[in-house]
Amino acid sequence: MKTLPSMLTLGIRRGNIEIRQFSRQRESVVFTLLFPVMLMAIFGSVFKDTIAPGVTFSQYFVAGMIASGLVNSGFQQLAIIIPMERDFGSLKRLRGTPMPVASYFIGKTILVLASMFIQLILLLAGGVLFFGVHLPTAPSKWITFIWLTILGTAASTALGIAFSAVPKSGRGASAVVSPVVIILQFFSGVFFIFTQLPAWMQQVAAIFPLKWLCQGMRSVFLPDSFATQEVAKSWETGKTAVILVVWLIVGLAFAIRTFKWERS
Amino acid sequence: MSVIEVRGLRKSYPDTVAVDGVDLSIAQGEIFALLGPNGAGKTTTVEILEGFRKRDSGEVSVLGMDPQVTGHDAREFRDRIGIVLQSTSDAGDLTVAETMHHFSGYYANPRNADEVIASVGLSEKSGSLIRTLSGGQRRRLDVGLGIIGSPELLFLDEPTTGFDPEARRSFWELINSLRNLGTTILLTTHYLDEAEALADRVAVINKGKILEISTPANLGGRSTSLARVQWESNGAMIEELTSEPTAVVQRLSSQFNGEIPKLIVSRPTLEDIYLEMIEAVGGSVE
Repeated sequence: MKTLPSMLTLGIRRGNIEIRQFSRQRESVVFTLLFPVMLMAIFGSVFKDTIAPGVTFSQYFVAGMIASGLVNSGFQQLAIIIPMERDFGSLKRLRGTPMPVASYFIGKTILVLASMFIQLILLLAGGVLFFGVHLPTAPSKWITFIWLTILGTAASTALGIAFSAVPKSGRGASAVVSPVVIILQFFSGVFFIFTQLPAWMQQVAAIFPLKWLCQGMRSVFLPDSFATQEVAKSWETGKTAVILVVWLIVGLAFAIRTFKWERS
Repeated sequence: MSVIEVRGLRKSYPDTVAVDGVDLSIAQGEIFALLGPNGAGKTTTVEILEGFRKRDSGEVSVLGMDPQVTGHDAREFRDRIGIVLQSTSDAGDLTVAETMHHFSGYYANPRNADEVIASVGLSEKSGSLIRTLSGGQRRRLDVGLGIIGSPELLFLDEPTTGFDPEARRSFWELINSLRNLGTTILLTTHYLDEAEALADRVAVINKGKILEISTPANLGGRSTSLARVQWESNGAMIEELTSEPTAVVQRLSSQFNGEIPKLIVSRPTLEDIYLEMIEAVGGSVE
């Protein structure tokens, strides 16, 4: 008698099939991948002012959009797709097979990584080609970029799975999830310069991870001289890492406890 | 050897008792149908056997295992069963073949994916996206996914709801072909003709209790119940209940001197018996 395939093998196969499914859903491809790029094109073209020596608003905005990309491909995508799969009954069907739960989550993480990767390439390419964003040359900046992306994606994925228990139906999921993301983007200084927002908005945003992701991405893509323009007069790199780790743990704890296989 | 053994199964929800002391014993290779109105406890019972729900009390053994097992044992349990749920309507962005091959990878001893596709009559649709399939074709795919892991036991939950009569007949043939493979099947259905066509034995369940377990032919004393002879006399239909319908027909035949007008001889259908049983305990059939 042959043995059951390993959790990791099945997780990778899930990832493969998830990507294939995703690439065939025109709405999700447009919404998840192209929407951020379109937003960047619009905002970047409208606001061309220089906001600090050597820093244009479009550069500032591109850093924010890259941070948002992590939230879009993880949190937003999963919190919308999972309730739909639950409504369709596909989650319950999967649960009736010998595939382990962990493989399902590994598959979703692979999907998030793939769509995030494509989104990052599009945003970076668009930013460099059209909006004068300079890719950093210092290795230390790339190191920051890499850990920020990994940690941000992990937290965003875990929180997306956790939040998938909130929408009551698949059809209503996007109406519940999208406003959360958009409001968070406004509060966290994606569309406006963070320091120009009212203090209470800044304080609310500081609780959530997107503000820290934005600030972290600015530390990568804007000159170091701009650090003095931040609220704390510094990039607060260490604090950013801590807050993202806390959110990752919170996300995982909720994801494990609240995940629902079927519509109640 | 019994594949399913249930003793004193109970399950309550906050506002209702869904399963109230059910006993079942289903033998290997048997096709067993669970009949009952909506809310009778069919789905709860089946979902406990499938391992989707926890029971409050009672003993349950499915393939010699407790369906409530977790971790690696749960994987082994699910490797040996197949589940066809009531309604699954994935977005359908994969093809029939992609889906079948992918699911076959979940199991230790899967059947050949292309052979399963052929056995559920979907070879021509193999390369089509699932979303382009008709309702009946999707249901066939569901059954295919249920049997891809070569299960010893298959759960079929209301498999033909919404089928036209022709699709239902060909679906029955498919299920009968599984019988020849020795697969044990637990079927729930609303349709009495379906239970009669497929099941070796049926159980009628209402308000969480089993009313009777029998073969379709013997349920509710059906085989020994009185026959009904109906005919027309002076423009009105007359009927007579009898244990000797042949004698009645002979009598009428000589009375009419040959052909008896609008003669019908019938036995109660499974449906008649079933409705009687449900109504006798104060249940209602929607």
